[in-house]
Amino acid sequence: MTAIPTPFTPATNKMRHQRLAIVVMAVIFLLAPLVVYPVFMMKVMCFALFACAFNLLIGFGGLLSFGHAMFLGTAGYVSAHAAKVWGFTPELAVLFATAAASLLGVLTGLLAIRRQGIYFAMITLALAQMVFFFYLQAPFTHGEDGIQGVPRGKLFGVVDLNQPLAMYGFVLAIFLGGFLLIYRIVHSPFGQVLKAIRENESRAISLGYDVDRYKLLAFVLSASLAGLAGGTKALVFQLASLTDAHWSMSGEVVLMTLLGGLGTIFGPVAGAVIIVTMENYLSQLGAWVSVVQGVIFVVCVLAFRRGVIGEIAHALKKPL
Amino acid sequence: MFGIPTQALFGQLLIGLINGSFYALLSLGLAVIFGLLNIINFTHGAQYMLGAFAAYFLLNKLGVGYWWSLLIAPVAVGAIGIAIERLMLARLYKLDHLYGLLLTFGLALIIQGTFRHEFGSAGLPYSMPQELVGGRNLGFMFLPNYRAWVIVASLAICLGTWFVIERTKLGAYLRAATENPQLVQSFGINVPRMIMLTYGFGVGLAAFAGVMAAPIYQVSPQMGSDLIIVVFAVVVIGGMGSILGSIVTGFGVGLIEGLTKVFYPEASNTVIFIIMAIVLLIKPAGLFGTQK
Repeated sequence: MTAIPTPFTPATNKMRHQRLAIVVMAVIFLLAPLVVYPVFMMKVMCFALFACAFNLLIGFGGLLSFGHAMFLGTAGYVSAHAAKVWGFTPELAVLFATAAASLLGVLTGLLAIRRQGIYFAMITLALAQMVFFFYLQAPFTHGEDGIQGVPRGKLFGVVDLNQPLAMYGFVLAIFLGGFLLIYRIVHSPFGQVLKAIRENESRAISLGYDVDRYKLLAFVLSASLAGLAGGTKALVFQLASLTDAHWSMSGEVVLMTLLGGLGTIFGPVAGAVIIVTMENYLSQLGAWVSVVQGVIFVVCVLAFRRGVIGEIAHALKKPL
Repeated sequence: MFGIPTQALFGQLLIGLINGSFYALLSLGLAVIFGLLNIINFTHGAQYMLGAFAAYFLLNKLGVGYWWSLLIAPVAVGAIGIAIERLMLARLYKLDHLYGLLLTFGLALIIQGTFRHEFGSAGLPYSMPQELVGGRNLGFMFLPNYRAWVIVASLAICLGTWFVIERTKLGAYLRAATENPQLVQSFGINVPRMIMLTYGFGVGLAAFAGVMAAPIYQVSPQMGSDLIIVVFAVVVIGGMGSILGSIVTGFGVGLIEGLTKVFYPEASNTVIFIIMAIVLLIKPAGLFGTQK
């Protein structure tokens, strides 16, 4: 049984080009609204952060969660409710939403890490379905309608986020902040231990690492960052709905990460750009969207397991 | 009884048993496939839906009735399953098992998306076979004949499968190949063919369940997608170590779900997942499972 392919082995002296690539990426996202719709780019950034958070778990911890929509959805509802009903300022609403996702991450993580591999995927999927049914019935989510007309509010009570440029800056800052945090986590001693657990769990245990604690921490970090994305997304679209908590959303984030490249730094971002763009163009086609997604899944698994960025990194012989 | 009318109580218990029949059939198929292929077949829900649609087409396009459908649909869908196994799954056995999950998830999206595009989300009606229309009064409740048939047929198929796997020579080969495929192959048994037929059989079980479900639930492209998640929870509760375990868990969970509908309807959607969480806390390997 071969593990999920690792396109790179991190070596600190080879990280310079990664930092350069991060700068390039930041500049692209900074200048993008000159060419494409800002709202579209904000959607891309929310999904990119979501996918990066997911990738932290599968790409570096080897844990495939099939229920990450529960964190995106939960944070979306919490952020929307806090901003609309309680009148939180946007930064507090997003923070509060992230905290809620972390809490949910602790609760579900404690259950899910009790099993590995395929079971882990099934358990996270089932727990996410439970959370989905809860939101379907809970009164504050307004069921099928969702929480609509969420005010973007004033950042720190000063900057009006209804101005497109201000909102763009806010989302960009959150996305880059989350991305850098994940980059830092991956290259930290903690990240190295995670990779050791992914490669050989029994050996990590025999070396004295408390494997379950590392897994739980990785799960909670991933959940929190997914929550950060979800909370921001609710403010961008001024809407929190059941779609974000549905299992198909969990599948979509798997798809983005797989297509971009599991276990790469930039893969999830590339995957999010491709999938969100594709859905933008295919949105009139209705059910065909899920067929196209399915085809991408099948092709990626059968013939393209490194993903877009993984292939580029392989060709360049440099980790990306 | 407990302030609940007995009619309602037994009615919900019956629905629980019916749902349990489907949980048992589907989780049995998943367990059989997992045992030999080490793959969780995410396409199972879509294949269950294909079974129901096959019955629908056979009746409305070709005039083939329910009883023949019960035979033809599983064979046809099983054949599609075999093609999937040969063309796609067989390439993944040397890789991480998670890829099998991702591939079958993608296939489920393709199948369900195609059918949703062709038939919309609304359900299509499938009429009950003439022989099973009506029902009988048992004194404490009214038992529709078709529902009685579903329970009996599902029990028979489940126990038959259990018998074949646990008590026959063919089953012994299967169990041996689950433990150590290389060794079994070295004894001259064609393991790849066995794997192929096992997948076909598991898929056939799903299609069989789909045909049986057609007269009860509406035939719709979505009928399998939420069900499969519940069945995953059933599989986690039972653990995939034993065939009998997955049958018992399927029916048991169905009954508990039925009881919840009587006593606390708000939780009827979530009760299975709550049971799963409790089982994970107490016995992580599942009620009948062994931790590997």
